Amino acid sequence: MTLAVFFGCTFIAFGPALGLFVFTIARDPLRIIILIAGAFFWLVSLLLSSLIWFIAVKASDPRDEPLQKGLLIFGVMFSVLLQEAFRFLYYKLLRKAIEGLVALSEDGCSPISIQQMAYVAGVGFGLMSGAFSMINLLADTLGPGTVGIHGDSQLYFLTSAFMTMVLIFLHTFWGILFFHGCEHRRWWEITAVVVMHLAVSGSTFCNPLYVGSLVPSYLLMATAAAWAYLLSGGSAQNLWRFLLCLRSGPSPQPGS
Amino acid sequence: HHLFSLGQGVMASSRPALLLVPFAVTVFSSISGDTGVIHVVEKEEDLNWVLADGPHPPYMILLDGNLFNRRVMLQLKGTSRVSGLAVAIAKPSPPQGFSPGLKCPNDGFGVYSKDYGPQFAHCNNTVWNPLGSGLSYEDFDFPIFLLEDANETQVIKQCYQDHNVPRDGSGPEYPLCAMQLFSHMHAVTSTVTCMRRSSLQSTFSINPEVIDLLSQYSIPLSACAFLTPPVHALQIDSHSFFWNIAPGAESAVSSFVTHLAAAEALHKASDVHLLQRNIMFTFFQGETFDYIGSSRMVYDMEKDKFPLRLDNIHSFVEMNQVALRNASVLWMHTDPVSRLNKSVEVQVRILLDILSNSSVGANVTLQEAGYSQPLPPSSFQRFLRARHIPGVVLTDHRTAFQNRYYQSMYDTPENIQMQYPEGLSPEETLEYVTDTAKSLAEVATVVARALYRLAGGANNTSAIQADPKTVSRMLYGFLIKMNNSWFQSIIKPDIKGILGDVPQHYVAVSSPVNTTYLVQYVLANLTGTVVNLTKEECLNPEKTPSSEKELYEYAWVQGSLEPNSTARVPYCVRSTVRLSKALSPAFELRQWGSTEYSTWTESRWKEIRARIFLVASKELEIITLVVGIAILIFSLLTTYFINAKADVLFSIPRDPGAVAY
Repeated sequence: MTLAVFFGCTFIAFGPALGLFVFTIARDPLRIIILIAGAFFWLVSLLLSSLIWFIAVKASDPRDEPLQKGLLIFGVMFSVLLQEAFRFLYYKLLRKAIEGLVALSEDGCSPISIQQMAYVAGVGFGLMSGAFSMINLLADTLGPGTVGIHGDSQLYFLTSAFMTMVLIFLHTFWGILFFHGCEHRRWWEITAVVVMHLAVSGSTFCNPLYVGSLVPSYLLMATAAAWAYLLSGGSAQNLWRFLLCLRSGPSPQPGS
Repeated sequence: HHLFSLGQGVMASSRPALLLVPFAVTVFSSISGDTGVIHVVEKEEDLNWVLADGPHPPYMILLDGNLFNRRVMLQLKGTSRVSGLAVAIAKPSPPQGFSPGLKCPNDGFGVYSKDYGPQFAHCNNTVWNPLGSGLSYEDFDFPIFLLEDANETQVIKQCYQDHNVPRDGSGPEYPLCAMQLFSHMHAVTSTVTCMRRSSLQSTFSINPEVIDLLSQYSIPLSACAFLTPPVHALQIDSHSFFWNIAPGAESAVSSFVTHLAAAEALHKASDVHLLQRNIMFTFFQGETFDYIGSSRMVYDMEKDKFPLRLDNIHSFVEMNQVALRNASVLWMHTDPVSRLNKSVEVQVRILLDILSNSSVGANVTLQEAGYSQPLPPSSFQRFLRARHIPGVVLTDHRTAFQNRYYQSMYDTPENIQMQYPEGLSPEETLEYVTDTAKSLAEVATVVARALYRLAGGANNTSAIQADPKTVSRMLYGFLIKMNNSWFQSIIKPDIKGILGDVPQHYVAVSSPVNTTYLVQYVLANLTGTVVNLTKEECLNPEKTPSSEKELYEYAWVQGSLEPNSTARVPYCVRSTVRLSKALSPAFELRQWGSTEYSTWTESRWKEIRARIFLVASKELEIITLVVGIAILIFSLLTTYFINAKADVLFSIPRDPGAVAY
């Protein structure tokens, strides 16, 4: 569908993530390392879950449609659980890393907090997940055609881009929630993350009824965003003051 | 999700660019393929949509085969609203006939010119191919593909019906069904330009060659050249508008199959090796393209590079297009201009009489075409240019061709009325003797007997008979299925890969082509002898003292399958069949602009394929881009401000252990 759609979908899917990266992660090499390692962890979890699914598919009868659909659902759910498991493993790894960083530092304080690590790890997970969702589609958008010759919806590229964007955000917020839950031994937060992830992934089975997948995902993203904001030290008051500040003219102060 | 439907290899072929000085005969796409909205044209009125009314140019036309004629094509040639063409082959063949060749084939390269028989030059006297539209020699700047599979055509038509049909007079809505054709040709303009560019490139070893010279191997069959042999010759190649689709049933196959049958019949005569003169059976390749094969042989003969010299040729008998005889008449054409010479006239008269006498008792009536007629397009014309050899060209037509599908994709077995009963297995079909085969066998018998007499044979010729079974097998193999048990048994083991494809007889570039190999091996099988040599001795005959390597060719062939097993019984065949390279003398002499010899070249190309898909409206694409840019800018701004005001947004949490943002 030519370059216009290629760039349009790329910006929709990865624009916000680019903003996050450029302004909050790119300056600090430690954060970049955590980002990339997080992406790698997500990749390994995908590799393992796809291996399981692949074996299941090969071992079954390819002509049995309901079975294949069932296997797909099973594969998606299994993958979600595995991703969250790897998030936990990454949390463990980063905990150990903090001890190392404290030992190395001059003033006995780690240069980066676990909350910041949680945020960066979430972005890492999200970026890699988005890349795997979107790159193949973007390659196809470069050709002259669009989806639809077998009756599928024309809006496929657009909706996939929006889905990818919401998934990147969700992974970011889930990272914060998950690590907070692990840190403070609040298991119900971890369970909530897993349940939300299952819900979002499950909703994609409503496609091509895109309303059924995009709307719940965006609602869940808003919820997760609010929750993560509150856990990170925000409050309604701060938000109000921020918006007032903006309206009376922004005077940028050195940020974090 | 499926984006597009890829056409499989069944979507037959496009036109390669054939270049002839000084113009190009090309049909090529741009380097990234040509895309267009599909429009199905089944009657002439549909063309108006493409040419004027349609709101979404450029269009990719799916043309019904019956409309693939000169008038329609010239309308399409001039416009920029057409980005490509796919022709659905007409089944059955168009009843009015179809020939994309010239009205006067190989004009200017035969013997008649303003210096020799000007009243016969340029078909002034007789138009040989009146149905010829000359389409094969027109230049188109968009790709043209042929669709042979009706299922593929139906898929495209269905997509058109679903998305592209105009409703209520106004244009159809997006998304629309579109097709993309890839057939990028590397060479353009003319042979002269192309060869110059190519030789510059290969001199500096920058790029591989851009074009290839059309060449092949011709097969002269000759034991030795000391006496004066009659030469029996014809062409074995064909052409249609499209690359690699050249069935050539009537134009080429019928005659070379008859020729092979005549060779077999003669070989079986008991005293053939005692004849006064030798008979050389020759098969020329590339005759469709201004007599590549025969002009090369004449050139080699003149330059003494061929075992035979022109002076030594006693007479020339040629067969062209003999399958569509009307009331069993076979016409004998001669050159009236050379017959003005007394001695030549005498020889020709003898030749004609021998031929007529040979037809007694056979279901073939030989009639003379007469003094008022020139020779039809034939390889013999090239020999006449060099020497006034007495010769005859045998055809089934007196004036215009009987073949209404000359040099087209419709010159198929149906065109020569080859019919098989239903329900036969491939083996049974191979062995079944059709009426066409019987009729061609009759012609072969007459020719064989005449050749026997011409070579000085004195005995009764009633024993010389062509075998209709062999003719039938050859017709089946060369026209319907090359991969049959007979062909498999007579070829060398290492080239059995050539027996794969649908038979076609385009001269092509990489030589030898399948047809040349097969004719060579069939000829060796029919006229050679089986000798009792081992595989080692057969493959290295120079080591055996009595092999007479200079006279004979030895081939180790696969042999037929043993009953109830997959092993074959190979054996050694000794024959006098040889290949001689048929590259136009123009390329030897490096005269790219020659008007004396053929200068046809073929462009190289990268890939030929096609696919169909839907295209979206420009509005949707732009909206997507704008939304994307908006989101990008918005998110960059928001993130910047959040980051800048982070201390406002995130207050220090109560537990002192953790560090704030």
